[in-house]
Amino acid sequence: MTQQGVRWTADQVLALAPDAASRNAGSKLGAAGPWSEAGSSKEGAVWGLCKGSGSKPYQTVVDTAGPAYQCSCPSRKFPCKHALGLLLLWAGDGDGGGGSAMPEAEAPEWAEQWLAGRRKREQAKAAPDKGEGRPADEEAARRRAERRAERVTAGVTELEQRLADLLRGGLASAEQTGHGLGEETARRMVDAQAPGLASRVQELGMIPASGPGWPVRMLEECALLHLLDQAWLRREQLPPGLAATVRSRIGLPSSAEGPALRDRWVVLAQYDTADARLTTRRIWLYGQESGRTALLLSYGAAGRAPELALPVGLALDAELSAYPGGGHRHALGERFAPAAPAEVRPDGAPADGAPAGGVPAGGVRPGGMTTHEAAAAYGTALREDPWAESWPVTLRDVIPTPVGDGMQLADADGAGALPVVPVSRPGLWRLAAVSGGGGVTVFGECGHRGFTPLTVWADEAGGAVSLC
Amino acid sequence: MTTPSTTAGWEELVTSALLGTDRRGGVSAAAGRSRKDAAAALLDEAALHTVRRRAGLRPGPAAAPPGPAQPDPRPALPAAARRRLALLLSDRPGAGSGARRGNTPDLTELLPQWLAAANEHGYAAPPELLPALLDAARGRTDLRPPALGFAGPRALWLARLNPEWKFALRTTPGGSALPAPDDHEAVRQLWEEGLFAERVALLGAVRAHDAEAARILLESTWSTERAEDRLMFLDSLRTGLADADEPFLERALSDRSRNVRTTAAELLSALPASALAGRMARRAATSIALDALRTGITVEAPHECDPGMERDGVVATPPPGRGQRAWWLSQLVESAPLATWPQRLGGRSPAEIVALPVADDWQTELHAAWCRAAVRQRDAAWARALLGAPASPGAAGPGAVSLAERAKLLSTLPEGERAGWVAGFISAHGLSEAFQLLGVCAVPWSEPLGGAVVDALNIARDAGSYPWSFSGVMGLAERCLDPAAAARLESLTATPDEREDGAPGAGGYWAEAFQRLVGTLRLRAVMREELAGAV
Repeated sequence: MTQQGVRWTADQVLALAPDAASRNAGSKLGAAGPWSEAGSSKEGAVWGLCKGSGSKPYQTVVDTAGPAYQCSCPSRKFPCKHALGLLLLWAGDGDGGGGSAMPEAEAPEWAEQWLAGRRKREQAKAAPDKGEGRPADEEAARRRAERRAERVTAGVTELEQRLADLLRGGLASAEQTGHGLGEETARRMVDAQAPGLASRVQELGMIPASGPGWPVRMLEECALLHLLDQAWLRREQLPPGLAATVRSRIGLPSSAEGPALRDRWVVLAQYDTADARLTTRRIWLYGQESGRTALLLSYGAAGRAPELALPVGLALDAELSAYPGGGHRHALGERFAPAAPAEVRPDGAPADGAPAGGVPAGGVRPGGMTTHEAAAAYGTALREDPWAESWPVTLRDVIPTPVGDGMQLADADGAGALPVVPVSRPGLWRLAAVSGGGGVTVFGECGHRGFTPLTVWADEAGGAVSLC
Repeated sequence: MTTPSTTAGWEELVTSALLGTDRRGGVSAAAGRSRKDAAAALLDEAALHTVRRRAGLRPGPAAAPPGPAQPDPRPALPAAARRRLALLLSDRPGAGSGARRGNTPDLTELLPQWLAAANEHGYAAPPELLPALLDAARGRTDLRPPALGFAGPRALWLARLNPEWKFALRTTPGGSALPAPDDHEAVRQLWEEGLFAERVALLGAVRAHDAEAARILLESTWSTERAEDRLMFLDSLRTGLADADEPFLERALSDRSRNVRTTAAELLSALPASALAGRMARRAATSIALDALRTGITVEAPHECDPGMERDGVVATPPPGRGQRAWWLSQLVESAPLATWPQRLGGRSPAEIVALPVADDWQTELHAAWCRAAVRQRDAAWARALLGAPASPGAAGPGAVSLAERAKLLSTLPEGERAGWVAGFISAHGLSEAFQLLGVCAVPWSEPLGGAVVDALNIARDAGSYPWSFSGVMGLAERCLDPAAAARLESLTATPDEREDGAPGAGGYWAEAFQRLVGTLRLRAVMREELAGAV
């Protein structure tokens, strides 16, 4: 499969921007004006010289297979506006034919250096670690894990004590005096090497200020924290799957040990959440062959976009491995081709390496369900993971219906409706606009507070529209 | 969502948790246990309730759906054009705007062109971009008509759901929610029952389609309309004004509202064959004549403003600072048919009349009035005469005819002649006064206008000034030059060597400005191809 004609769309490029300012700055650079010696390669590399305020133009290279970026500008934004502008130029440039601003060519020396280095590192990473773990190492690792478990147990016991104290004194007095489980308890959990508990405790501290109905939310969260503590203390008695879930909820490191599953993975959604320290990117994938829904997580320091970026509407031929436990979390393994728009498929016989079998009509989306089925799916998921906030589902034939200030997604036959918890206001209006009052297919997360729509498809032929 | 019916026990738990198990004693099962156990038991119970509640959640009842939007039968945008629109809309004004514009195109400024071109092709707007399109139109009134025309029926449907987009319902452009102008039944019903804005839009649409029908529609309810509304409705008769409108306008001269009377008089004076125009011609003619030698004009301004003049729209009281008689004269002359003057002034052509000397400093007053008459009566021959030669030394100076009036006169000329005149003006006088005149030229600028602007910019650069002295013209050039000019501009984008007598660094800024100009022109060419489906 050649990469000609499978350039990204402007939306997909702009989705990579770390913030709104970069988006704007990047889109201004997405025209031929400031660029020279720009070009692209069959392998998905794009490069160009961008004239800036200085005398020497910036050298910008992007490997769209990563995507990975390299630019000689001093910006700490990542990707920088030059990389975004270059990608926009590439995206807007049609098929790279004659008269194009980005002809297909050999990469110039300065770009090739970086690209070659990158290829080398990729190969080194992809090569499986052949060295058998020596017995001494395994023994040391086992002892380390034991020591950590002991520290977590000590932390959990302390947390149980503090929770009991909190409930004995009453949540109301905790709110008045500010002696809830605050920063200090969270720090204790960090010391106990249980980051999962630490972040739960931290969120607990914010509930009293979260508006009407806070005691109910507070008690729920205290109870779930207590449940997690108790599950940890009795983890030996739990079935293996649930025990793995508990370990991951506590925040113990785990690795994706599941068997590698190769598929053509369609990017259903990508969105970021950020707190003061960390930007967390969640990428939902859907396997065209396996029908499996998978979640990739990627992190970036505050103010920087996480490195992994897979804009909605792309599909990638890659292997994923599941993390232990009942969740959707996977790790991205080997990638066999650069991500390409999901609509573009090899003509005729599947090209070498591409998964065999035809793609069903409109099949680049998961099959849908009703609102009742979605609520039930979340309920069922709680059996494997009682701490799950939500569950990824695709609603079929639902009508976005404004209700007061908010919105609900109602079954077209009126059988039921889920309240919408939006990621963003503009996304909510895009959802309404795409529906035009008719039924649509919506992918999102269904949880106890409602449904968070992430992506919408208008009809069989329509492409995915991101709502994030 | 609805919760399964375990709420009673749950509320009990929440109350205990709020007050504390020390005070409340915790759940009943904990009676007799230690204080610490009571708290743990409460948490056990609460965990069970929480997970049970979440697992048992069911969808709530569905509210009344918003109803479907009207279908949009127009064809979808080509994919490349859709992407371009997304880009243009993502470049919001004000965001990250530096003081200097740099060398990259100003995308927001290209949006109006893009919309106009898309509307010419008759494409439907992609639904997912409607919110951004409505937001853009909300911030810029000038964008509203083309944006709403392009956005189509689904945008109106959407605007009903979001109060921030109410403006879209007020400024409905022709076609989307209005009945077809020849659907007499529906037109009549909306005219009688519609809101004011809908009625204004309806009258405009019908007038554009069938001028006669629109006037009859207006006459049918004229006597019952409020004065402000009458004024607005009367204004829409400017489109397609014809002699058939005269009887109605003549009656409106006796309207109760002075503003309505003035507007009716103005409209009548634009009809040279009307009775009002004839009356004005007779009045004006008594004030203006050839002198004894028949080589100049003498002016005898009216001595009074009689009730007949007032009925014909002449305002008796002059604005502060103007003489009464001069004020009356100017109103008479601007309302009199221009055909009056060759007859009255010895069979001379407009050009010859304009060249005649005028006695006693009346020239400024008289020529200004003729300018207004030429604009109102859309008389190209008079406009040409009053404009004079573009290269004449007086053309750029503070003559009788201001730049604003010249721009209006130009708009009465055919497009090609207009561009030629402005090109001549720029070649002779440079760019500093040209902004207003360029604004009335058709886009894209035809030759020789484009060449004249580029040459003048080049001269300005060589003169050593900074490009931002010409930022207005530069901005216009980016939007209005023919994209084909890009090739010719390429050589100007290099940074020239610093000159000793030039402004420091100006060469670099000019190169940057030309880079932006060329980049924008290229982008416009690409946009056009994308919309044509060529990419």
